[in-house]
Amino acid sequence: MSESTNINIVPAPDGYTGNGFFATKFDYVIGLARANSMWPLPFATSCCGIEFMATMASTYDMGRFGAERNSFSPRQADMLLVMGTISKKMGPILRNVYEQMAEPKWVIAVGACASSGGIFDTYSVLQGIDKIIPVDVYVPGCPPRPEQILDGLMQLQEIVKSESIHRRGSEVYKELLESYKIE
Amino acid sequence: MSLETIDIQNKITEKFGADVLNFRMEQDILTFEATPAVIKNVIRFMKEDGTLSFNFMTDLCGVHYPDNDIDAQFAIVYLMHNWVDNVRVRVKTFLNGNKVEVDTMTDIFAAANWMERETYDFYGVKFIGHPNLKRILNDDGMTSFPMRKEYPLEDSGRSDKDDRFFGRTPNNYQPK
Amino acid sequence: MSDLLLHPEHRFAKILRDHTPEDGRELSVLNFGPTHPSTHGVFQNILLLDGERILDADTTVGYIHRAFEKIAENRAFYQITPLTDRMNYCSAPINNMCWWMTIEKALGVEVPKRAQYMRVIVMELARITDHLICNGILGVDLGAYSPFLYVMKYRELVYEIYEEICGGRLTTNMGRIGGFERDWSEAAWRKLDEFLEGFPKAWDELERAYLRNRIFMDRTVNVGSISAEKAMNYGFTGPNLRATGIDYDVRVAKPYSSYEDFDFIVPVGQSGDTYDRFCVRCGEVKESLKIIRQAKDNLPEGDYHADVPDYYLPPKDEVYTSMEALINHFKIVMGEIPVPVAEVYHAVEGANGELGMYLITDGSRTPYRLHFRRPCFIYYQAFPEMIKGGMFSDAVATLSSLNVIAGELDA
Repeated sequence: MSESTNINIVPAPDGYTGNGFFATKFDYVIGLARANSMWPLPFATSCCGIEFMATMASTYDMGRFGAERNSFSPRQADMLLVMGTISKKMGPILRNVYEQMAEPKWVIAVGACASSGGIFDTYSVLQGIDKIIPVDVYVPGCPPRPEQILDGLMQLQEIVKSESIHRRGSEVYKELLESYKIE
Repeated sequence: MSLETIDIQNKITEKFGADVLNFRMEQDILTFEATPAVIKNVIRFMKEDGTLSFNFMTDLCGVHYPDNDIDAQFAIVYLMHNWVDNVRVRVKTFLNGNKVEVDTMTDIFAAANWMERETYDFYGVKFIGHPNLKRILNDDGMTSFPMRKEYPLEDSGRSDKDDRFFGRTPNNYQPK
Repeated sequence: MSDLLLHPEHRFAKILRDHTPEDGRELSVLNFGPTHPSTHGVFQNILLLDGERILDADTTVGYIHRAFEKIAENRAFYQITPLTDRMNYCSAPINNMCWWMTIEKALGVEVPKRAQYMRVIVMELARITDHLICNGILGVDLGAYSPFLYVMKYRELVYEIYEEICGGRLTTNMGRIGGFERDWSEAAWRKLDEFLEGFPKAWDELERAYLRNRIFMDRTVNVGSISAEKAMNYGFTGPNLRATGIDYDVRVAKPYSSYEDFDFIVPVGQSGDTYDRFCVRCGEVKESLKIIRQAKDNLPEGDYHADVPDYYLPPKDEVYTSMEALINHFKIVMGEIPVPVAEVYHAVEGANGELGMYLITDGSRTPYRLHFRRPCFIYYQAFPEMIKGGMFSDAVATLSSLNVIAGELDA
């Protein structure tokens, strides 16, 4: 059991504090809530998935960052963690999973294979998942150490915190999805 | 009583005569070649004969020799293992480059099923009588047989790394 | 997406179309995988179900085909080790060592006894981590999460030992032609002691949590069984074969790396079901511990690598300071070394079966052909037959207890 004294409270966002009120931007509050409750969808295909297992297990404990619940259903997940080589045969399935996720959604490419194909520059391997879906954070390593995966998650938290709530409805975002032919 | 390699050789030569040839030791494994016409019978004989009893098919794979004569461009290598006497034997059969066909072993060893599909996938070797001969590792739509020496390792259609997502921070979150 | 739906020409689609409800069966088709969390890898099984009972299964593999064998034909010998790591990533050092032994066989390199013993220690550690994952995950799939988390702590300790030995954690890329890159540090031995001290107790507790657990037994006994004859016919090796009662183990049948010096038994099961596979793995973990202890206590004096300057990389400090060593290092890594024309097959007892490497060299800098005999690939084809007639939930237990590693299966 964790002791109540060990629990850290996330710091409040920038704002104005006055007598009995606190005023801040709606963006910040939503960003704060989103960033500290990222439900991961582990799309683990190979070696990096084994390191992800270590990241989730007791020694590294990714749950500390609000990512306790692994959502194996794409519908209830916030971030897609693509871990391992994505072959061309797997590509359509990854895309399908991404399309099924509800907005807002983020993607972390964990490891060299997901980021760029890694050492497998071959006829059967997709050279980076950003060829088929947009990526937010890349984690290098083959495989990355659990600390690196955690660092990637924390990077994403920073991005999520400062994301405008209008981003998902913006023209730029629509263009981005159109460039991937995702509806 | 252990099974001597010379006994194996005598026994198989006695049965198949000129269709089996080139008996030799490759490192620690007895290796010989059989013509594609008899290869299935050779494997069946090796399994069912009381003294030989090579009861386990360890491995099956293909090799491509584009520089060989046209009638020996592909080799199928079978690795058999007798667990009782603990002897391994490697059997090879060479196939014609224009007619890459050989009998299937699936009805002798169930293990051969996927190994033959893999060999078909990589080299385009047709296994006659195979119950489900289609690609196993690659996509069904693929037209090349990637392990043949003439096909390159890399996908020729691949493009350079797309770096529009790189270097983003909370301040410049939009892709370039 | 339409291409992910059941193809109308698929044989199950035909069965569904022809089926009438009058015969009392409730047929349905269920797609299991390739991204289902309890497939532990990317396998697709299309199941034809009658209610919850599996009538037939159609397996698709290749979702993580990375063309190892084609890459190997284009890389020098030292550059192939990273590939072997990524085959069975749960026990990468066994793959590494198998590759070194294969190439040593082709080159005719004799490895000193000390290096052989060190290899044995590493390989047995790898076997323990692999079995630990397999048995732990089997529990997770049956609803028992805690024992898995408990033993994962010791897997981290093994990874720390690897880090002391070679610097890598999961994909270790460990060793050299002829031995190891450096002698093991004090810390490595200390951590090994720590592991041997703490792990057996944790493992006993994991066993106690499962072995006589009513729920666990109900879910595993007589689930996914296979007979010895069938297992042999399907090319089973390793713990899955031994669970059927056949005591074939490469470490005993054709000892490599001085396995003949150690005293250990080969645990076998009887019925080849999920429970027996679990028990055989539990037994093997204990035997592995025994082997590690023997190897550590009887570690011979001597060198940690063979004296083969043509193939063994020069020490790093010399590479950075002397020109000859740098050139030599470059030549070895880029494959400018004399390799005889040879054809070798070397097999080791991998964590889930006979892992063999069949190497054909033609004297050039790369292998002419390198074929990996991957145990998972060969025995996974029996999976549809093993789950036929069983309940759907049993298929999950059977799959986890087979310990199929996608990276190894799809090459």
